[in-house]
Amino acid sequence: MDNETSIQSSSSAPENPAIAGLIEGDQTFETVTERIVSVVLSQSKHKLPWWIMTAIGFLLFNVLGISLTYLVFKGVGIWGINQPVSWGWAIINFVWWIGIGHAGTLISAFLALMRQQWRASINRFAEAMTIFAVMCAGIFPALHTGRPWVDYWMFPLPNILAMWPQWRSPLMWDVFAVGTYFTISVLFWFLGLVPDFATVRDRAENPIIKYVYAVLSLGWRGAASHWERFETAYLILAGLSTPLVLSVHSVVSFDFSVGIVSGWHATIFPPYFVAGALYAGFAMVIMLAIPLRVWYHLEDYVTMKHFDWMAKMMLTSGLIVFYGYIMECFFAYFGGDYFDRRMMEFRQFGPYGWAYWVLILTNCIIPQALWLPWVRRNLNWLFFISVVISIGMWFERYVIVAVSLTRQFLPATWGYYTNTIWDVLVYLGTFGLFTFFFFLFVRFAPMISVFEMRDLVWRRFHFGHHGHESETTEMEHTTGTAEA
Amino acid sequence: MNSNLYGLVAEFNNPDDLLRAARAVREAGYRKVEAYTPFPVHGLSEALEIHDWRMPWLIFLGGVTGCVFGFLMQWYTAVIDYPWNIGGKPYNSWPQFIPITYECTILFAGLTAFFATIFLNGLPRPHHPIFNAPRFERATSDLFFLCIEADDGMFDREGTEEFLRGLGAQLVSEVEK
Repeated sequence: MDNETSIQSSSSAPENPAIAGLIEGDQTFETVTERIVSVVLSQSKHKLPWWIMTAIGFLLFNVLGISLTYLVFKGVGIWGINQPVSWGWAIINFVWWIGIGHAGTLISAFLALMRQQWRASINRFAEAMTIFAVMCAGIFPALHTGRPWVDYWMFPLPNILAMWPQWRSPLMWDVFAVGTYFTISVLFWFLGLVPDFATVRDRAENPIIKYVYAVLSLGWRGAASHWERFETAYLILAGLSTPLVLSVHSVVSFDFSVGIVSGWHATIFPPYFVAGALYAGFAMVIMLAIPLRVWYHLEDYVTMKHFDWMAKMMLTSGLIVFYGYIMECFFAYFGGDYFDRRMMEFRQFGPYGWAYWVLILTNCIIPQALWLPWVRRNLNWLFFISVVISIGMWFERYVIVAVSLTRQFLPATWGYYTNTIWDVLVYLGTFGLFTFFFFLFVRFAPMISVFEMRDLVWRRFHFGHHGHESETTEMEHTTGTAEA
Repeated sequence: MNSNLYGLVAEFNNPDDLLRAARAVREAGYRKVEAYTPFPVHGLSEALEIHDWRMPWLIFLGGVTGCVFGFLMQWYTAVIDYPWNIGGKPYNSWPQFIPITYECTILFAGLTAFFATIFLNGLPRPHHPIFNAPRFERATSDLFFLCIEADDGMFDREGTEEFLRGLGAQLVSEVEK
């Protein structure tokens, strides 16, 4: 066996300040590879928690299948939607899931552009979260149409009616925005996975497993010329994904703000929706990261520093959302439009007033605890606050959708909205899809980007002049001794 | 001369040694050189003078195609083929065509980025002679390899091997085709 050259120096060596705290313990290329890839190669690393989560996910996934089948069979009347509230849980859930997806892309793409090293250990599962969240979200526009079997009319396919989609509608813009977002997310995620699949291929012993990962890795061999193109594509995809994230949720907000409904027709919607998306998304990333790092012993890779910064991102986006709420009040009460003002009064003191104040409590008041450093670093509190924020963001969309539609311009059209059991079952079902697919991902793909972790391992103790020999201390160089 | 020889490969266990060796190999005049690393090593593509200028241009072209396609698709269908009065807006309501045009730009550019990387890399490629190098399965874990191909103009079976040994490699071996 060749001598294990110390890739890292002893603890007395200076640590790269840009990386300090992001990776802990004595790490070598081999330890990071082994810790992460062994999870993919052996079922024994997946203990009871994995089995329970996968089972629950699968169960709820079946609930989804049943609910959607019944939905297509009976029609959208099984939901609580009616006049005047013809958009109910379906659109709320759509916006909720899409919003959650955005944080994954932000971590993956935006932080890559900003050269933020702390994305290295969280971007892989965050991107996976995005993909599954967008899948869940996409179910709603597809199936909330009264006749889902003619959904293909949303695409510009020549047809016997000689008709084309109505391009001037935000609902059509959604088709392209969400479709593009899903495609780009999958491509970005898969591109990053190719080198890691190659690692799994090379470490697998079972020939069938080896074959499967060999196919998935496309024959990747780590050639420098390949890495060069890879990095170019990765950076450009990151540059494309960042404005994509902003545009997708802005287009989703246009579903509301381009219309004339009071309470919806506000220019603050695009940035406020995007901020809200990041808010809920970071909450979900935290809710996933906390159990995963315990179950799979990833404490050295997803550190308290990561949680501290994710909590700060959550607080920042939460403050923007809070500002959005204040601005809505300002527009309504100062704006001079009678209907807008009354809408705000209904929102705060009308039949849905309870929902509005729950919203303020969960989205604005409770998360202010994140100002306190000890809260950001206490995983129990952080998990609790993340759950609260997820619920709060759902309520935000509920307040926006339900209230504005129950109190429109003509009092004769006023009505109350109550959901049915099928609204709830479909929503729970999407949790099933998300959980089931996510834990399959955890089982079969490296949930942390291994090659990026190796880069961190190296640059943790080797930093200094670019392009020259880095400032290493007690690192042993093996000289040209040939080994048998 | 062994016609079954793909090249000589030197093995290193850290990226700095590989980087030094790569520079030395280029300076010595070898051109058919490739390095294999478990992660992208900073400075390596400059050392080996690798830069595929086609990538950014192809992606840009993809984006432009997407933009033109997105807009033309909407313009043609809504202005020429089946014009329809929607809310009193002009047929060529270009501000409302912007979101979809924008998304198509990004979609096409992204697809181009992904497929250009894969195909310009010659992937998928199940087999390559370099996989015959000893311990090459660790190229995706913790070892760094530098390979000089046998059909390089300056390649000499003994001379190149001696040169590589002098560069601090922990192992130099032959690679069969």
